[in-house]
Amino acid sequence: MLHFLLNQEPIAVADAHAELTILEWLRVHRRKCGTKEGCASGDCGACTVVVATVENDALAYRAINSCIAFVGSLHAKQLITVEDLAAREDGKLHAVQQAMLEQHGSQCGFCTPGFIMSMFALYKNHPQATRHTIAQSLGGNLCRCTGYRPIMDAALQATRQATDDQFSAQAEACVKKLKALQPRQPANANDNSARFHRPTSAQQLATLMQQNPQARLLAGGTDLALEVTQQLNSITPIIFLGEVTELRHTHTHTHENTHAATNLATTDEKPHEHEIGAAVPLADCGALLCAEYPDLAELLSRFGSAQIRNQATLGGNIANASPIADLPPALIAVGARLVLQQGARLRRLAVEDYFLDYHKTALAQGEFIRSVLLPGAQAGRSPTRQTSAQPLHANAPTQKIRAYKISKRFDDDISTLCAVFNVTLQDEVIVAVRTGFGGLAAIPKRAHHCEQALLGNPLNRRTVQQAQRALNEDFQPISDARASAAYRMTVAQNLLQRLANELTAGEQLENQPPSRISVATAAAAAC
Amino acid sequence: MHVTGAALYIDDQIPFSGSANELGSPLFVCVGGSAIAHGAVKRMDLSRVKQAPGVVDVVTAEDIPGQLDIGAVFPGDPLLVADTIEYVGQPLFAVAATDFTSARKAVKLARLEYHEQRPLLDLAEAVAKRFYVRPPHRMQRGDADAALAAAPNRLHGELRIGGQEHFYLEGQASIAIPEEDGSLTILSSNQNPTETQKLVAQVMALPMHKVTLVTRRMGGAFGGKETQAAAWACLAALFAARNHRVVECKLARGDDMIMTGKRHNFLHRFAVGFTDHGAITALTSMLAAQCGNSPDLSDAIVDRAMFHNDNCYYLPNVTIDGLRCKTHTVSNTAFRGFGGPQGMLAIESIMDEIAFAVGKDPLEIRKLNLYDTDSGNDSSGAQRNITPYHQRITDFTVPQIIAQLESEADYWQRREQIKSFNAASPVLKKGLALTPVKFGISFTVSHLNQAGALLHMYTDGSILLNHGGTEMGQGLMIKVAQIVAQELGVSPARIQVSATRTDKIPNTAPTAASSGTDINGMAARNAARTIKQRLRAHLSAQYQTPAAQIVFANDQITVGEQTLSIAQGAKSAWLARVQLSASGFYKTPKIHYCRETARGRPFYYYANGAAISEVIIDTLTGEYKLLRADLIHDVGNSINPGVDIGQIEGGYVQGVGWLTSEELKWDERGRLLTDSPATYKIPAIADAPPIFNVRLLENAANREDTIFHSKAVGEPPLMLAISAWCAIRDAIAAVADHTRCPKLDAPATPQEILKAVDALRALKVAS
Repeated sequence: MLHFLLNQEPIAVADAHAELTILEWLRVHRRKCGTKEGCASGDCGACTVVVATVENDALAYRAINSCIAFVGSLHAKQLITVEDLAAREDGKLHAVQQAMLEQHGSQCGFCTPGFIMSMFALYKNHPQATRHTIAQSLGGNLCRCTGYRPIMDAALQATRQATDDQFSAQAEACVKKLKALQPRQPANANDNSARFHRPTSAQQLATLMQQNPQARLLAGGTDLALEVTQQLNSITPIIFLGEVTELRHTHTHTHENTHAATNLATTDEKPHEHEIGAAVPLADCGALLCAEYPDLAELLSRFGSAQIRNQATLGGNIANASPIADLPPALIAVGARLVLQQGARLRRLAVEDYFLDYHKTALAQGEFIRSVLLPGAQAGRSPTRQTSAQPLHANAPTQKIRAYKISKRFDDDISTLCAVFNVTLQDEVIVAVRTGFGGLAAIPKRAHHCEQALLGNPLNRRTVQQAQRALNEDFQPISDARASAAYRMTVAQNLLQRLANELTAGEQLENQPPSRISVATAAAAAC
Repeated sequence: MHVTGAALYIDDQIPFSGSANELGSPLFVCVGGSAIAHGAVKRMDLSRVKQAPGVVDVVTAEDIPGQLDIGAVFPGDPLLVADTIEYVGQPLFAVAATDFTSARKAVKLARLEYHEQRPLLDLAEAVAKRFYVRPPHRMQRGDADAALAAAPNRLHGELRIGGQEHFYLEGQASIAIPEEDGSLTILSSNQNPTETQKLVAQVMALPMHKVTLVTRRMGGAFGGKETQAAAWACLAALFAARNHRVVECKLARGDDMIMTGKRHNFLHRFAVGFTDHGAITALTSMLAAQCGNSPDLSDAIVDRAMFHNDNCYYLPNVTIDGLRCKTHTVSNTAFRGFGGPQGMLAIESIMDEIAFAVGKDPLEIRKLNLYDTDSGNDSSGAQRNITPYHQRITDFTVPQIIAQLESEADYWQRREQIKSFNAASPVLKKGLALTPVKFGISFTVSHLNQAGALLHMYTDGSILLNHGGTEMGQGLMIKVAQIVAQELGVSPARIQVSATRTDKIPNTAPTAASSGTDINGMAARNAARTIKQRLRAHLSAQYQTPAAQIVFANDQITVGEQTLSIAQGAKSAWLARVQLSASGFYKTPKIHYCRETARGRPFYYYANGAAISEVIIDTLTGEYKLLRADLIHDVGNSINPGVDIGQIEGGYVQGVGWLTSEELKWDERGRLLTDSPATYKIPAIADAPPIFNVRLLENAANREDTIFHSKAVGEPPLMLAISAWCAIRDAIAAVADHTRCPKLDAPATPQEILKAVDALRALKVAS
């Protein structure tokens, strides 16, 4: 049995139903039809619901796509749907509903419940939201009718007036109820007939995997669920990672301590390193990743949609071994490593060594990704760590990270290709370089020939040309629905030019034209 | 209702109560489609399908009691394949099971063997082989060949224009409910209830009065549910009748994208002659459409492309050929604009080319070539207001709109700013374009321009309205309610608009061609007038008051000195046995068109508008961003400005999607590669321009006697997005200092943009 709240109503669901999508459970089993199915693949947002979890004794509200989330992921959470927003007593509309109504934010109405729920999460998390934040929060909701202007205005209106709502009033009671649901016996941990396992510790997980070698690991499920909703395959037995404590933790190792969690001694000279649990949702990795490497912020902000970032996990984006996954190129470029666990055995592996071939990885039978070790930016070298009061020595090595994601649609699209450069310059010469490319080969990988062409050279026209030529030795991209092979290669080569443009132009000057199109430049650039 | 999740769509209405229902639990349908594009079925073994868990019934073409073909206008669309397979995904059989997933899983168990033939998939090849679904058609005026030969300047070229997936958020869906006497009630997400009623009746070998179509609302349609909603209603009906159970047939998103038609992609070839100033003297134009495997609505769609190949421009000598090409792909169908956008993009592209050729700003060339309704004969003495199909342009607000946009949106000032920006920015380039729209309003098939309405007033003063139009998000129901409310002097809240039902209003036209409000609003007003006249006559007699002193206003009826509530008036009439139910009818006047001679007045009037778009492109990657859009659109006297602005903004962004990120791709075997929203990208919220100014043209009453002198607004604004495509082209041209017109096809994806940039750079280097 798993227990959760449907708004305020306690729900107990038999494990047999744990592999149902939340959408199907709502629409077919509960006949709550306000939540719509638009695509059943997590791309349109019509099925958006909000899930509230207890974090630090408060409720955290997150919008997710119910079409690709399983009921089994809801234990000890509150599920809120569009039917729950208006006040139960008098039917008074929630502020986001009222704003959508007033701004004509709905035409055919089919996408509206999904927008309402994304906007509700926005309302709870971002009072006084900016246009940029709104676009980030609503980018995973497609509307085919309105052209979005009135929806944007509704979101501005609603969040501008954001105050306590009925959920604020109930929050305390809700936290209590959810906490009461939390402690539980992992009833099915040793039950091999179960179809949906929910281990709570890495040890249980390891044991389960050894006992169920055919089981599929479910983290956010944003890709795995498509096997159910699109290919109509059975993916049971499922082992759900979302309740495994060790996989949900993030902490920072400094030079002094050792990896307490993993008992792996820190042997390298890195000043600090972050360990991010494999089942931490991407939305929760953002702050850490971006504080360390600000240039990855835009990459992460364009990862899927808000709903996907709330569901999908860092480990999942790696484990899945997609050639077009957004984060592996970045992790490869910054030299991240994985902590893998098999039974009680832990080992570390560089992310770049994890990918062997198309959807083929270095994971052994029964082994899983426990966490990701993210090296800190080189202390004192990263531009983010400078202040204007502490100028660098002219000859100090400077680490520069640049991440470029190219997609057909700017937001909520999978990379056509992705290139991440980690370059250390000293006296204008490249003294260290690591790259990570996605979308150019069967796996995300470094471009070793290209790196060789860059290393030891100034980032001038000749070096760029050599590095561009070298890319042809690194990659033979393919043509598909997203783009042609020629386009992929041309752009990858052009991105080397972009890198040179950006790194040799000095720090961004006020009067300098923007070097690339980003959400920010677009907003600022109109005449 | 929308914002609380209470609005019901088809899939929300399935009765799940199961055994409590006398009909038993409902069944769910999944359709098995062909894996090949062209050929025939050699062997279809459905034994495993029939044995699959949950499966109750399986049908093939042989199981259809009545007519197999459901072609809307011309035959060519078998409900299930009986002999020749003509596209990947063409329905071969259908399965009904106790739940949707079981039906879908069962379909995958079919064992199919094919006799495969080489499919024809490429439009250019179909043009070369003259492989058509319908014969070509020509419109002409003057002698284009002679004028072209005599022209001081000539250009010729080719433009490929991509298609577009509708991507209505609610996929195709119908529920069939068997009734007691062999009748069927069908709930359908459908723009064309009457046509589907007729087709269900034909397929089931029933008279039409045994079939009732009900459409409450659609979760988007955009033309995709005009003819292509019928098949799923027919299959639901077939299973419902065979099993005497409620049956739902809905398409999963992937099936919907594969099995239903799209906006036609076009190939345009042209030769244009023009003066040194850039005034067009001659145009020969070939508009070839990829219709797919069957005619569907393609005859009228290509006609409309031809009708809009002039857009706003006077073409003194012109020949337009429209080709309806056949390919072994899904049959393309209606999509907002109905061919008009493709015809219009073609001439706007030519405007750009002429501008580059004579070295002027494209806006100057556009203005120079505009129709002129008032004065000015061209050099041959002809008035510059005759279209290629010989309709005279009499009401043309485009020059006024352009002038207003130029000044209010600072076209020329921004043109200079962009020049400076581009000079200082080697990688990112900006572009700007202003393009106008003139869109003909009326079905070009004249008999469709009719509508009916039914109005009941009850003795409590509440009013029930029914009309033949369907609601797909365009705000038709609220507009027609407003019209009736205004006519009767009551508040719209008093009026309940019921679902569209073929048993209330028979023989309706599809809700299409932007005509919904124009014709159904008029029909509803006529019904309201009848009721009002009856009430007035009754009250005049009852209260011995001259009819002229009876006023309907403010939810009251003033009879001389007395004031009655609507309820009192209605009750009084009822007691006097005055009929308080009335039907209304309307047919659009003045229109006529002779297709044989390609002459006439196919359009009652034109809707006008214009837009300025500003974009930025990245010449290293081909990425782009819309920065600003300024739109002015002429809706006549707006019935509901909020609804109208919604249509304009939504149309523009949908058009931007068509011309930029929305790219349809098939593989060499005719399989759709872009069959999900993961690969087919409609605009998302950040794709709307951050600065988005939309205005209605003021003081612009329609000169024709339309409902409250308004103008139709559904389709025309989509074509305002052509300005975005032209702006992208303008930005690309900046890499060669505007010395050459970039070769750009549509959609302008990042890949297409980069290709155009690199081609220009290569030319620049070569010179």
